[in-house]
Amino acid sequence: MRIVVLVKPVPDPASAGERLGPDDRLDRTAVPAVVNGNDEYALEAALKLVEAAGEGEITLLAMAPANAPETMRKALAMGAHRGVHVTDTALAGSCAVSTATVLAAALRDLEFDMVFAGIDSSDGVGGVVPAAVAAHLGLPYLSYAARIEPDMTAGTVRVRRISATGYDLLEAPLPVVIGGTQALGEPRYPSLKGIMAARGKEIVTRSLADLGLEGSAVGAAAATTTVLDSRMPPARGATEVVRGSAADGAARIVEFLTERRII
Amino acid sequence: MGAIWVVAEPGPDGALARISTEVATLARDLGAAAGRDVVGIVIAADPGPAAADLATYLPLVLTVTDPGAADHAWSAIAAGHLATMLAAEEPDAVFVGAGADGRDLAGAVSALTGLGVLVNATAVTWTDSGPSVEMSVFGGRLLTTSGFTVGRGIVTVRPNVTTATPAAAVGRVEARTVEPARTLPAVRVVERVSEAGRAAPIEEARIIVAGGRGVGGSDGFGIVGELAEALGGTVGATRAAVDSGWIPYSQQIGQTGKIVKPELYLALGISGAIQHKVGMRTSGSIVAVNRDADAPIADFADLFVVGDLFEVGAALLEQLRARSG
Repeated sequence: MRIVVLVKPVPDPASAGERLGPDDRLDRTAVPAVVNGNDEYALEAALKLVEAAGEGEITLLAMAPANAPETMRKALAMGAHRGVHVTDTALAGSCAVSTATVLAAALRDLEFDMVFAGIDSSDGVGGVVPAAVAAHLGLPYLSYAARIEPDMTAGTVRVRRISATGYDLLEAPLPVVIGGTQALGEPRYPSLKGIMAARGKEIVTRSLADLGLEGSAVGAAAATTTVLDSRMPPARGATEVVRGSAADGAARIVEFLTERRII
Repeated sequence: MGAIWVVAEPGPDGALARISTEVATLARDLGAAAGRDVVGIVIAADPGPAAADLATYLPLVLTVTDPGAADHAWSAIAAGHLATMLAAEEPDAVFVGAGADGRDLAGAVSALTGLGVLVNATAVTWTDSGPSVEMSVFGGRLLTTSGFTVGRGIVTVRPNVTTATPAAAVGRVEARTVEPARTLPAVRVVERVSEAGRAAPIEEARIIVAGGRGVGGSDGFGIVGELAEALGGTVGATRAAVDSGWIPYSQQIGQTGKIVKPELYLALGISGAIQHKVGMRTSGSIVAVNRDADAPIADFADLFVVGDLFEVGAALLEQLRARSG
């Protein structure tokens, strides 16, 4: 079983320090990068499947600035086997269209039964790249996965896709692209042994030229979207603090909701 | 001059998804301001019911019938037809909801057409260079306005950024045949499973009553649910509550959960850690009940009641019920 997991280094959302740089692009140096949260759930699902199968290989694929291997090591420490890091100065300023083009090109050079990706990233929150990657590759896309059940003998996979009323049970022939959610289960912490082993694992670096792509076709040169303006949101008013009995607190809530015409 | 398109997403039982009525309203207002035609697109196995509903919002709705949509994932099928229609008719903007189906569609269509995607719009205006899209980023700490470098593209729209309002007159519905449609591999739906007691999609709720670690267990969510019912709202939760198995993941708000913008967010026993805050800080009004007066949520709630959530919750329920008599 060969699984490629797309991992995106993102500014640590817990830092609340994300910001735009002077070029109005995400400043990737503002705060330390971590593996995108939803990608960790996808990786955890991959690890469990390979463990259950008793065989298999998990390759991480990241398109990210030069320092990404630091972040990728944590995912290798969780148990992924190797990494592929696509990096090129021409990739700075890539929009979702470029990102999907580049990831798809990198995937064409890899062998896999399934590609897993987090359903969206905490920095962009667009949630469109995994679907675009699947469309580029002409592969089935199974999204919002809460459970992934491959049948390697039959060459198919079933996915529970979270729906508005429950879930849809999807089935497609391998290979496929799957967008994973937190419902796949809590990611493991890397063990000390895993951290030690990760140091020796290979991370292959690929440039745009390696992928057969022109710098002018991706990145800022080909960006389809641009930030025109940014500003702070209007400040919320001061917090009104109420202390006293439960009945008083409840009465003030009712009054507040009435004042604001919510009830 | 290119038109503005609204792609309808499937709701339960072949109806129109609620988000699509909001997207249609937003696009219609935009079209009026920009002097552009606004056209609805319904791609389904039986587009009739959704198209009739969408025509109450828009002057023209085009339908594409594809029987495959009945038992296959919608986005791949719809993306193939839409890509062909886009190439033929070249609208300047395509609007779709920012939920699961809308995102899947936007991603696939962007790959097929090369069109850019601006995501999670909270407001849209029209400029000489096409749509200008406001987004709330970095967990609500920054507002950005973005545009398309080539003047046209796809926009996903967050729920609850506008109130769905039918048009003065009902529009007409025209059937289209799309050939040859671009094709993407179809994904078979083996079974559609409804889970008992599932609430309306939490992103669409006008009022959310949410519980956190302080609720203490599944039983503790009883008062959260009762208050939600009394207020006509939906139950939400923090990741801690979901991870503890007290409530399903579908109700989780925050990073790796849903981002919501209800009129009222009533937070019970929620500290307001950053991972949760990013999912709800742009709510209209935030009311919090917490025993810990120093909880981070005290910094961004509008009204903060220091007290036990079960005691305040019970008193609130009693007063709300007395009020509705």
